[in-house]
Amino acid sequence: MKTYDLAIIGAGPAGMTATTAACAQGASVCLLDEQQTPGGQIYRSLNHCDEQRGAILGEDYLYGKTLIDPLSTIDADQTFGATVWRIDENGHIYFSTHGQAHRIQARHIIIATGALERASPVPGWTLPGVMTVGAAQILIKSSGLITEGAVLAGTGPLLYTVAVQLISAGSPPTAIVDTQQPANYVTAAKYLPSALARAATLKKGLGYLAKIRSAGIPFYRAAGDLTIEGSTAAQALSFSHKGHTVRLQTDNVLLHQGVIPNTQLTRSLRLKHEWNRAQRCFHPQTSDWGISSQSNISIAGDGGGIGGAIAAQAEGHVAALGALQSLSLITTEQRDAGAQPHRQTLKKEAGLRRFLDALYPVPEEVMRPSDHTIICRCEDVTAGEIRSFVKAGCTGPNQTKAFGRCGMGPCQGRYCGTTVTEILAAENKLSHDAVGAYRVRAPIKPITLGELASLTGTGD
Amino acid sequence: MLKRTSNNNPVSFTFEGETIPAQSGDSVASAMLAHGTQALRVSTRRKAQRGPYCMMGACYECLVEIDGKTVQSCMTTATDGLQVSRVNHEDV
Repeated sequence: MKTYDLAIIGAGPAGMTATTAACAQGASVCLLDEQQTPGGQIYRSLNHCDEQRGAILGEDYLYGKTLIDPLSTIDADQTFGATVWRIDENGHIYFSTHGQAHRIQARHIIIATGALERASPVPGWTLPGVMTVGAAQILIKSSGLITEGAVLAGTGPLLYTVAVQLISAGSPPTAIVDTQQPANYVTAAKYLPSALARAATLKKGLGYLAKIRSAGIPFYRAAGDLTIEGSTAAQALSFSHKGHTVRLQTDNVLLHQGVIPNTQLTRSLRLKHEWNRAQRCFHPQTSDWGISSQSNISIAGDGGGIGGAIAAQAEGHVAALGALQSLSLITTEQRDAGAQPHRQTLKKEAGLRRFLDALYPVPEEVMRPSDHTIICRCEDVTAGEIRSFVKAGCTGPNQTKAFGRCGMGPCQGRYCGTTVTEILAAENKLSHDAVGAYRVRAPIKPITLGELASLTGTGD
Repeated sequence: MLKRTSNNNPVSFTFEGETIPAQSGDSVASAMLAHGTQALRVSTRRKAQRGPYCMMGACYECLVEIDGKTVQSCMTTATDGLQVSRVNHEDV
């Protein structure tokens, strides 16, 4: 079994930066990622990006090359197409490539598994033809596939970014249905001063909105009561707008309500997590150096709380330095001096994030959906059914499994977990921390018995 | 509806016996979407049509069967000669 000073799970901005930074200090490093190429979701498929695709996706995407390129010159074991399905308390990491399981050990592990798009449970969101805004962007990045005639519904920076990318690709969305409310501007205003350190980013965002406006795309502000109609596939999106019901015919609805940390691995390790009120999600508790409640495990990037790609990059540096110091591979002075510029970046990014969190809050209808809305997509469990479990005495997410298989499908609660916590907290009048989240157990991705058996007899 | 920005390195696989054109960079799921097929399976309880949702290996809505194994089609690279079928034939 191979052993390393440091193993890094996830090759997005945090994981790539941590890998490069740790190698620069002479540590033995292993980088694992589920995708075939480095970049994470944000810089996905950048290695294969041609000129046309680059022009559509823009400079923030192409910037990822500055993180990806150094990986080809450093002395780290890098395995792509590697699905990590278990980490144990002794620093063993179990993963599979091409149906073959492997095991390695690391003295310290940095988990940089990024974010997922928050579920947008509205009636009809399970119909074919309904995807996330991020999914449409993945189609552009990986395959050069442009979604035509889509209606974008929800809110948040990624929604506007993808709208602009679709405009650049010559296929502007047919409408944008924005759930942001005018009052959100008032709430966010007090965070504007702290965001001004990132004035260039704010200006870019305003530029996106101007581009959407000048493209003449119908833009429905302060929309609510989103419902996707159709029996076997999406046919229309209806919503309330200025006191009326609007119905837009479309076979392609792209939903977005921001992103939340992917906590499957950190939950499976029983690390301490806490509810973030501003971002309405759980994230693992970490020290200033990214170290979790278990001293040999660190978290870097969006998986530890949403900060965006630039913050993730800085956190990757900081977490690598923190890990190397804890392994006595660098001194405390080296760690502190090395982290200083990245702390400056993190401070500025945090100021921007507070503003964005207030500007694009999660709407009530997504936190506490109507009774007939499906919450657990895998097992077809509705919000009304979950509320009926509460009436029968259900207080915690794990109990919803026993009451009605909620969260027991193959996604293992990735897309229903946060909503289930929201509903149970509201119905039982408990704090989110008191309600808690699903108990996640390894393997965190389904594996075959053959894969499991492939571990034995090889000495690995 | 999806349009392609480029035409390069064509590959093809079959889905339920039908030939599906694809390109390098495509996953099985993206090629199916480009082909115009959104519904890949039916849900376990309500038997409702489902298709790719997240495209990043998290939601498990795009499950298909390849070589007797249930796999996420969005995480499976489209390669020549792949034989893909639905996971729950009896429900379709």
